[in-house]
Amino acid sequence: MTIAAKFEIEYLQYLDAEGKQVRDDLPEFAKDLDHMVELYKLMLSTRVFDAKSIALQRTGKLGTYASCLGHEAAHVGIGSAMKPEDVLAVSYREYGAQLYRGVRPREVYMYWGGDERGNDYQQEPARHDFAWSVPIATQCLHAAGSALAFKIRGEKRVAVCTIGDGGSSKGDFYGAINIAGAQNLPLVAVIVNNQWAISVPRKIQSGAPTLAQKGIAAGLFCIQVDGNDIIAVRKAMEDALERARNGKGGSVIEAVTYRLGDHTTADDARRYRGEAEVKEGWSKEPMKRLRHWLVAKKAWDDAKEEAWKAECDEWMDNEVNAYLETRTQPVSAMFDYIFAEVPADLAKQRDYVLSLENKAH
Amino acid sequence: MAQITLIEAVTQALAYEMAHDDSVVVLGEDVGLNGGVFRATQGLQEKFGELRVLDTPLDETTIAGVTVGLAVQGMKPVAEAQFEGFIYPMMEQIACHAARMRNRTRGRLTVPAVFRAPWGGGIRAPEHHSEANEHLFTNIPGLRVVMPSSPARAYGLLLAAIRDPDPVMFFEPKRIYRQYKEEVPDDGEALPLDVCFVLRDGTDVTLVTWGAQVKETLEAADALAAEGISAEVIDVATLTPLDFDTIAESVAKTGRCVIVHEAPKTAGFGAEIAARVAEECLYDLLAPVERVTGFDTHIPLFRLEMKYLPSVERVVDAAKRTVAAS
Repeated sequence: MTIAAKFEIEYLQYLDAEGKQVRDDLPEFAKDLDHMVELYKLMLSTRVFDAKSIALQRTGKLGTYASCLGHEAAHVGIGSAMKPEDVLAVSYREYGAQLYRGVRPREVYMYWGGDERGNDYQQEPARHDFAWSVPIATQCLHAAGSALAFKIRGEKRVAVCTIGDGGSSKGDFYGAINIAGAQNLPLVAVIVNNQWAISVPRKIQSGAPTLAQKGIAAGLFCIQVDGNDIIAVRKAMEDALERARNGKGGSVIEAVTYRLGDHTTADDARRYRGEAEVKEGWSKEPMKRLRHWLVAKKAWDDAKEEAWKAECDEWMDNEVNAYLETRTQPVSAMFDYIFAEVPADLAKQRDYVLSLENKAH
Repeated sequence: MAQITLIEAVTQALAYEMAHDDSVVVLGEDVGLNGGVFRATQGLQEKFGELRVLDTPLDETTIAGVTVGLAVQGMKPVAEAQFEGFIYPMMEQIACHAARMRNRTRGRLTVPAVFRAPWGGGIRAPEHHSEANEHLFTNIPGLRVVMPSSPARAYGLLLAAIRDPDPVMFFEPKRIYRQYKEEVPDDGEALPLDVCFVLRDGTDVTLVTWGAQVKETLEAADALAAEGISAEVIDVATLTPLDFDTIAESVAKTGRCVIVHEAPKTAGFGAEIAARVAEECLYDLLAPVERVTGFDTHIPLFRLEMKYLPSVERVVDAAKRTVAAS
């Protein structure tokens, strides 16, 4: 038999579900316990933020919200590995990565609270990142196009896109990794496989044993990691970013995790999945293992946990207040950003709406 | 000065702008060494290299999405859909992202891109190569929909489209790609977007059209003149945002309006113009508005396609009906 090509997919894990270190070759960043504490703290603040968001929605202060519960390691691992000059193109629940890059909770609240200004991230480097992308997988091509721009201009920057297990079924994802392979673009595509695309389980999204291997067909480097192990996610990201930055090609990383919450606040996951599965998901969740590992290394304890939670609560309360105090945009705002300048024909419609406003007051 | 065709004017505009602005890139299927299936990008790859004149994988969705990404990063991509009939996979990226990026980010991110496509029928092409579907784009806020109808307007409007800070759909009527030549100075002078061009002054009837139908409409105006009817001919050129004032002024003068387009009649862009005439010019009208269009059928395969496309005879008949009405 002649083999035309042969492939394998590595699986990477440093910390198991209990926080036991399963391999000795810790990457450099993980040897810096202060840094690991910082990552843990951001994961924790992401979780506090998420709970606050759901509470806001349940009390009628937010529209539909997509929770990130259970994705903290994957998201913080992605965001923390990137350099400021890189570009991030997310779908709609990667808050851990975005908070790291300067998106403010009040901006998330504004977006899900029905205000476009939530997409106008004020702080760098998030300011040059893409806004949330609701149409599935479309953001992957924006990242590929960004990567092409970096290549054309000779900039040492990388474009990172994130996508779900369901999203990896869509043509835009395949198109993005395909052109990244064909043109050797600095693209890192991360499939955050949380097992569920609303109600459709991973096993009927694809017959492929791993989603990472989709990148093989595109000629990219591929790896599957424990997406609840931030060390594994961060290490795979660092390696992929390094390769991409140095013209050595793009990557597909599959981060295997579990969506502990509903798809969004408009969803009820009890309709399609059993309690036993969710319980198992909780047994592997990302916070506990990192906390155990840090506590065992005497880098973290209950007092620190409580103190940081209190700080997070205060931060979120400030952000919630800022959000709730935000005045609704003037009605003319719906016309002001359609084009760089409002065309004469559109200005007539704007003036009509403004005249209705003036009549009402 | 050399005389050039409409397609050569497209090439000339692309070459001019690429030479004067490093951020302009061209991408699409076969746009590289082959110069595009109609040769719109002929010679550009040799001049500007494989990265700035990029042959993409054969996937329209990829072309559109990558174009959005390039544009957000400050490039000025000019993407080619090989034929209008192949533009459908691009629709999500165009409608959900290119057209709304500025609005949804409150101006933080923008998409200064051009999506070019050879448009319309009449060249005996295979199935799916003859579509006229500009009306699918004129209903999308945030897009400019532009269609040139002469070499000079192709050059000037394409330069304007590339320089525009927002996304432009640039539909090139392939039936008149090589219909005639005219002098088009390569001076980098753009023509204005968002305005209609009055191609011929007249007093009895206003003929409103765009794209390849400008040819039949001008011929119809000649035929009408021979019968003593003076027709004004307006090339809409930028369908959205619409310069309705130019049309209204003309209808106020003539009292009659015939709209000519190749796309199907129902909910075609002619319906929008007819509605605006009814809303804003009703008391100027001496006769009902007429529309001469393609039919509400798929454009037939090429043995019958000329029966589908508006003919000089149909335009003349419609104009004469409006004159006979009062």
